[in-house]
Amino acid sequence: MDRRATFDNLWLAGALVAPQILLVIVFFYWPTMQALYWAFSTQPPFGGTNQWVGWQNFQQIFADAVYWNSVRVSIIFAALSTALSIGMALLLALMIDRQLAGHKAYRFVYFWPYAIAAPAVGLAFRFIFAPDAGFVSAINQLAPNLWNPALKGWDAMILIVIANSWKMMAYNFIFFLAALQSIPRGLIEAAAMDGSGVLRRARDIQIPLLAPTLFFLLVINITESFVDSFGIIDITTGGGPARATDLMVFKIYSDGFKGLDYSMAAAQSIVLMLLVIGLTFVQFRYVEKRVHYA
Amino acid sequence: MSKRILAAAALAATSLGLAVPAQAQQRIQFEFWYGLTGRLGEIMEEHCKRFNDSQTKYEAKCVGQGGYDKAEQNTIAAFRSKQHPTLVQIYDAGTVNFMLSGATYNAPDLARDFNMKIDWSGYFAGISNYYATSKGQMWSFPYNSSTALLYWNKDAWAKIGKTKAPETIEEWWDDVRAMKKAGVECGFAFDYDTWMPLEQFSAIHNLPIATKNNGYDGLDAEVMFNKTKFADYMKDWKKLLDEGVARIQTAQTGKTILQAFTDGSCASMLSSVANHGVVGSTAKPGLNWGVAKLPIYKDFKRHNSLVGGASLWILQGKSKPEYEAAAAYIQFLLQPKEEQWFADVTGYIPVTQAGYKAMVDAGFYADPKRQGREIAIESLTFTPPTAVSRGIRLGNFTQIRAEIRSELEAAFTGKKDVQTALDDAAARSNQILRRFEQTFKGKQLP
Repeated sequence: MDRRATFDNLWLAGALVAPQILLVIVFFYWPTMQALYWAFSTQPPFGGTNQWVGWQNFQQIFADAVYWNSVRVSIIFAALSTALSIGMALLLALMIDRQLAGHKAYRFVYFWPYAIAAPAVGLAFRFIFAPDAGFVSAINQLAPNLWNPALKGWDAMILIVIANSWKMMAYNFIFFLAALQSIPRGLIEAAAMDGSGVLRRARDIQIPLLAPTLFFLLVINITESFVDSFGIIDITTGGGPARATDLMVFKIYSDGFKGLDYSMAAAQSIVLMLLVIGLTFVQFRYVEKRVHYA
Repeated sequence: MSKRILAAAALAATSLGLAVPAQAQQRIQFEFWYGLTGRLGEIMEEHCKRFNDSQTKYEAKCVGQGGYDKAEQNTIAAFRSKQHPTLVQIYDAGTVNFMLSGATYNAPDLARDFNMKIDWSGYFAGISNYYATSKGQMWSFPYNSSTALLYWNKDAWAKIGKTKAPETIEEWWDDVRAMKKAGVECGFAFDYDTWMPLEQFSAIHNLPIATKNNGYDGLDAEVMFNKTKFADYMKDWKKLLDEGVARIQTAQTGKTILQAFTDGSCASMLSSVANHGVVGSTAKPGLNWGVAKLPIYKDFKRHNSLVGGASLWILQGKSKPEYEAAAAYIQFLLQPKEEQWFADVTGYIPVTQAGYKAMVDAGFYADPKRQGREIAIESLTFTPPTAVSRGIRLGNFTQIRAEIRSELEAAFTGKKDVQTALDDAAARSNQILRRFEQTFKGKQLP
């Protein structure tokens, strides 16, 4: 196992990786350091003199019930939308993989949602789910006020979960399909000859063999739903009603850019970053153990 | 990159002797960022064009930022990276941020340095007091100015045999309830915007929103709206909602209050006079509507309402010619002719008494299409501004509005009782004010 490529000319190696390193420093480490500095000081909106305040920003965040609410809804959102988008994508990929009628057209179309910008997705879903005027308003004709994301927190949460899953599903679908197609046909055919049905084959052969893909998508989906849900929320619910969809990343935006409290926003992004790192670590440490790489 | 290509192309064109209009090159350009969107944003563009067409010396480049709050955010971000415009339209709530920013070239200085003819006392007192520093100077030029009005559906009111808009809030509620019995499903549409129910309401009732005269006397002010009649007003709204005679209308429910009013489904709303033109042009055919001064609780004496809208700020770090051009632009906007054009196409009120007088003399308000717009002036000038009907000067007021909005959402959706929600909003607002005070430690309101 211990085979390593060694490189004698370190200067050349350094020069070759330097552009990459530089990019990473400029676009990642430098802003992170800046955020870290702001998180421990107060930064006036127009720039100028920061005052060092130590842990005060963090203390205020952790003492704030509204912040804990945003952590709670973020976790709910991440869990629901990851489950829904992975589940639906898996189902669709299994169907397409069976080469049912029209599968080529579907395979082509299912990837499209991922190519749509999040605000556009938000706009479409806001319209579809508008309680007075959207397609779903038919429900309210039958049972008045059954569906109203402008007033009911859970409805709003369901709305953003569906919108986000719809988009992420497309991404997951491609990965699942690619993984399914790399499973040797012989295995499936052998199982079929032994008399196992579609569901049985999926459960005992395909899904276990998909485990590495599933794990990869789990990490990506959870991370994405923590850090990349902004566009949809901004257009559909604006964090409301009554902060029911005020996810951590949206709160960072509203505190920082709307509230012009850059320091508080910086402190929150540091916390979010640590949370995502922590979650990813946990997944690699505990979930990956159960993944078998073929 | 593209600039260089453009320059190269221009050079090539001139060297080839192609016709490039000489004056187009000599024009002094400056950038102006505005926040208004939709139809009002288009009008901003048109106003720019009118300026550019009116003379050959200067050229305004006007760039929409997609919203008042975005205009403020983008300006701040641009200022930090030194890419900011010369002139920017900043809404009322952003005034204090700009006053303390140290990034502005203040209006009196610009006027002095470029010999502008500004009659500072010619502005309506309600407007100049709102924007003025403690020394009575305005650091920005009031531009699009509005105030809130009651929009009412005359046909709906006719069903209960009334031909006049309600004057008191008590009367308004009675009407709304009576209309429900007469078959008007929704007598009043509202959303969570605090500008009408909190800010305008408090001004006309002469109630404080915060200590220290609404913050004008110092950054250590604390909000107190949860202890005034405003709390009762919100309890009334909740009651109407529970009785099913009023409705919440937002973009999320499918229709904004404006749309619910113009399509006739809700009989009244509170909105800015700036929407007068929009209501007129988008109302369903035959909708018989009018505007009136905001209703007031009957035990109170009416005071002036607040000016809303935006003013024009000049930012530091630009060249002398750019400032000269910006000064010319502002001077242009202040001509009575331009004030009238702008007021006509929007619904905004003229900012100077001279502009208003010229419009009255020209019979502007006699036109049935504009009927009721003079009520905005009447409301704004109803009494001389008092220490609290003057305006609001609280740090990060945008965020305070957002906190109140969130808590009102909780109250109106039944998650909290109204008083608890307002108490929570006040506590959070005070945290924001303390943060602001800390961030601007050692600074004084001018």
